[in-house]
Amino acid sequence: MMETYYSPADLAKFPEIGKDAPELANKFFEYYNAVFAEGELTEREKALIALAVAHAVQCPYCIDAYTGACLEKGSNSAEMTEAIHVAAAIQSGATLVHGLQMRNICNKISL
Amino acid sequence: MVMESFSQILARHNLTLSRSKTDILQVNVGLLCNQSCRHCHLEAGPTRKEVMDRRTMDQIIAFAERGKFAIIDITGGAPEMVAGLEYLIESLAPLTQKLMLRSNLTALADRNHDGLLSLCQNHSVAIVASFPSTNERQTESQRGRGVLERSVEMLRKLNTLGYGRNGSRLELNLVSNPAGAFLPTSQCQAEKRFKQELNRKWSITFNNLHTFANIPLGRFGKWLTKSGNYEGYLQKLSDSFNPETLKGLMCRNLLSVSWDGYLYDCDFNQAAGLYLSSTPKHVSEMDTPPEYGTPIAVGDHCYACTAGSGFT
Repeated sequence: MMETYYSPADLAKFPEIGKDAPELANKFFEYYNAVFAEGELTEREKALIALAVAHAVQCPYCIDAYTGACLEKGSNSAEMTEAIHVAAAIQSGATLVHGLQMRNICNKISL
Repeated sequence: MVMESFSQILARHNLTLSRSKTDILQVNVGLLCNQSCRHCHLEAGPTRKEVMDRRTMDQIIAFAERGKFAIIDITGGAPEMVAGLEYLIESLAPLTQKLMLRSNLTALADRNHDGLLSLCQNHSVAIVASFPSTNERQTESQRGRGVLERSVEMLRKLNTLGYGRNGSRLELNLVSNPAGAFLPTSQCQAEKRFKQELNRKWSITFNNLHTFANIPLGRFGKWLTKSGNYEGYLQKLSDSFNPETLKGLMCRNLLSVSWDGYLYDCDFNQAAGLYLSSTPKHVSEMDTPPEYGTPIAVGDHCYACTAGSGFT
């Protein structure tokens, strides 16, 4: 029986996800690696985006992986913190902007 | 998980590490330093007494004359704090095609080093300066309070003297080590970014940036252990072992001399106490540089030089 749902040691086992569906996993990892390669955006910029998204989707594995990746790509904790604020602002903004829907419905059904 | 030792990984890849032509002489003039950087593999600092004396300098100068090294690289500690540095520079400069002086910048700024700086200018001594990050917090967490500001001030001064300027013969290179237990940024990408950032923030220019992994020895080794990062860091380094780096490793063509004149394959082996050919040998007893094919002493700290694109 597992003691916790998440274990840091499991991060290194990510490739094992291909065990029961190797073709799909290969396609995924090929795509994943291509996404993070330097393109119009640098690897450093992509790692910062990944770090922000990792916080938005609240994935502890991704936070662990992309904190290290950001530092190794040359970012500092101030830049990384700002990136997380971007994720937080979009997430809270998305919550708040739905208030317009609430208001529309409210207006429609209210006297 | 039990990590393979560096010797084991070499054996598994059917590799050996031996010397090629030795054409670089690295002279460590002492462990005295004005800073106590947390990543220092030599544990250099203000209380260290180990400093090269004039007799050892003369023995090294005589050896450099016999050895005909293409590059001579003066390092420390903070070489600027060693009495006789000017004498060493003046004596070594005519004996090599390129003389390099490693500086932490604040030691160069600490006292009035105008005499030293003009000597470096006159002999076209390349300056290799530590500059881990353009971020104040990262720099100061590694090197101490106020270091970024004072380093920037010194880089500006070097620029005004012609160092690191486009078209100038005076070379200014920067070295960046990670501010923690993680791998360094790719040299090419980091150099591009540092050039943009230094120019944008402070109008500073330089020639090349070198990014190196921290060596798990000395003060950094102790911090790794104390902070619970030692195993993870060594694992990260060994997971990133790249056999392709072996042919370009600096220990293959560099000979390192300590402040007291003993010989090593590199500065990191000095910190680890691994003598050249595993036997204490003094520079005064060495007629010529080590022969091609001489085995290089290795330890697990060597993983730091073979991780990723390596330490060349």
